[in-house]
Amino acid sequence: MVRRSASILSRLLANPSSPFTAPSRSITYMPRPGDGAPRIVTLIPGDGIGPLVTGAVEQVMEAMHAPVHFERYEVRGNMRKVPEEVIESVKRNKVCLKGGLATPVGGGVSSLNMQLRKELDIFASLVNCINVPGLVTRHENVDIVVIRENTEGEYSGLEHEVVPGVVESLKVITKFCSERIARYAFEYAYLNNRKKVTAVHKANIMKLADGLFLESCREVAKNYSGITYNEIIVDNCCMQLVAKPEQFDVMVTPNLYGNLIANTAAGIAGGTGVMPGGNVGAEHAIFEQGASAGNVGNDKIVEQKKANPVALLLSSAMMLRHLRFPTFADRLETAVKQVIQEGKCRTKDLGGDCTTQEVVDAVIAALE
Amino acid sequence: MSRRSLTLLKNLARNANGSGIQTRSVTYMPRPGDGAPRAVTLIPGDGIGPLVTNAVEQVMEAMHAPIFFEKYDVHGEMSRMPPEVMESIRKNKVCLKGGLKTPVGGGVSSLNVQLRKELDLFASLVNCFNLPGLPTRHENVDIVVIRENTEGEYAGLEHEVVPGVVESLKVITKFCSERIAKYAFEYAYLNNRKKVTAVHKANIMKLADGLFLESCREVAKKYPSITYNEIIVDNCCMQLVAKPEQFDVMVTPNLYGNLVANTAAGIAGGTGVMPGGNVGADHAVFEQGASAGNVGKDKIVLENKANPVALLLSSAMMLRHLQFPSFADRLETAVKKVIAEGNCRTKDLGGTSTTQQVVDAVIAKLD
Repeated sequence: MVRRSASILSRLLANPSSPFTAPSRSITYMPRPGDGAPRIVTLIPGDGIGPLVTGAVEQVMEAMHAPVHFERYEVRGNMRKVPEEVIESVKRNKVCLKGGLATPVGGGVSSLNMQLRKELDIFASLVNCINVPGLVTRHENVDIVVIRENTEGEYSGLEHEVVPGVVESLKVITKFCSERIARYAFEYAYLNNRKKVTAVHKANIMKLADGLFLESCREVAKNYSGITYNEIIVDNCCMQLVAKPEQFDVMVTPNLYGNLIANTAAGIAGGTGVMPGGNVGAEHAIFEQGASAGNVGNDKIVEQKKANPVALLLSSAMMLRHLRFPTFADRLETAVKQVIQEGKCRTKDLGGDCTTQEVVDAVIAALE
Repeated sequence: MSRRSLTLLKNLARNANGSGIQTRSVTYMPRPGDGAPRAVTLIPGDGIGPLVTNAVEQVMEAMHAPIFFEKYDVHGEMSRMPPEVMESIRKNKVCLKGGLKTPVGGGVSSLNVQLRKELDLFASLVNCFNLPGLPTRHENVDIVVIRENTEGEYAGLEHEVVPGVVESLKVITKFCSERIAKYAFEYAYLNNRKKVTAVHKANIMKLADGLFLESCREVAKKYPSITYNEIIVDNCCMQLVAKPEQFDVMVTPNLYGNLVANTAAGIAGGTGVMPGGNVGADHAVFEQGASAGNVGKDKIVLENKANPVALLLSSAMMLRHLQFPSFADRLETAVKKVIAEGNCRTKDLGGTSTTQQVVDAVIAKLD
């Protein structure tokens, strides 16, 4: 009897929060009159798994009666540029939800994702890589926010062939962009009670370019004495991520390193199918899956309709918060996390066998 | 030995969900520039006002919240609000108020009401709910009282017809009734509330409260998924103390709202802990949810034993209103933890702590 109690005790202590108590707070929101007016959001389903997962979001929004209307636009990755009316729609609505646009390899067609970000000056990309309760991974205590500069760096798209067989690709780092991404990262840490900001760089090799990035980060760090600031070289960073991820909190990076770090962090925390993320500028915001799903997922997943909608659902919860509908965001996140926690309905990348539609139905059933 | 393990197990199981107070991993994506500090007008006021507003100032400082206060001295016996205070509120759009004492009788109109009318803060909101760890006679209380703030019995239009005979006008307009009903249903929609109850006395005041009810019914038609019902105010007071769990959101004209809010606050733990605020189309004024008996007794002021919890929770509402949700979460979590632990409570909650001790406990619990 004593031994059984002892084993039950040890199991209880090891798993103190096993029944998932949704944080139902008696909430002290006081909306302004008129806050319930519906908002219009531009919707770009895109290619590959894009239409599947945006269809999932549309169904869940409908089920929640969220005050959001979608203006859908067909854009494909092999178009030469993003259609004018789409850009105008995003400028008008200020918020956009995107499935994913396939970027063809080579060929000289510039990425439409990049074009959108540059034209709307959406300079910060944010991915929150965090262990989802109930989803077992090899790494625990992962809670990393990767803030990545979105408009310059290696993605400037300035390449030319000097002579046949010799190509130069320009990586551009400017003080202006580095300063504003550093400012955004520290402001994010301040507003969200984060303790540490880590700058990721390779300034031992690219002394001037990444050196300029680091200088800007150091200057901004002086204004935030309550937040720890440190720097890490990107190769060591990748190793530390997979060895001891709990040492990282907020990471601010230039464009390319951010892409790689975000995907690595997403992978150790549960996969790119579940991490929410978004892109924000001074005036506009685009929400999409946190880390790219290998461009837009492989064809087999599309055919079998087994794409994981969780990442885009959590990103649409971020979008609801951005649009000042916090209660709807809470409900959506709670339902999604409950579905993952229960573990019955998971797509292939999480170890299950469900289709996208089955996950959507489970989420809708879990809404309160 | 085994019996002790069993009780240990039971205690552990009960606390396994924590004291219900969790920190969320939140997915906020602020806009660039959202961290810029905001100015908030601060009116300490009379009585317990300066004590509790000072508590808020200390906690905001400890959290490094991006707020700075513009303090103005206003007292209840002034004949009207100083114009610089009104200008400050118009500029900052948000105000935190301790409490302004309204003298009984005497013909001096209430400065609280004047503030609400001039800024057209037409909705007053009080959230009355059981706090974890604070035992009361009533459980499962979670009522939001939305009260029309500008007309009704508080129109302030009284005259003496002949010596010894006074008429007091209660004014109900379609415009104001409609907008408070719209606000109440919008609140219920945005906050996933299932039921809105209109409180009235239309059997007696057939035209006045009848107009209020008509407006509520019209707005209810636009929200088919929210249950709407009506209750006469005397029955309402009785039902509140008998079966409070039947109420969710309540929309009321001015006077009934005052009484219902105070009753609901009392059954859920007291006016010392309920947060609330007043909002209009352009401005918002945050203060204790339900009035603390005008501004509290003199003895509480002398001994510095006023309960700062209500104003701290209202300032958390204010932080959310200013779009600083993380700071609001931290403040609310710290305050609720202090109450749940029960070591540090003021007299109205059954303890003997002073205001400063409660403030220190909250600051210690901030993470």
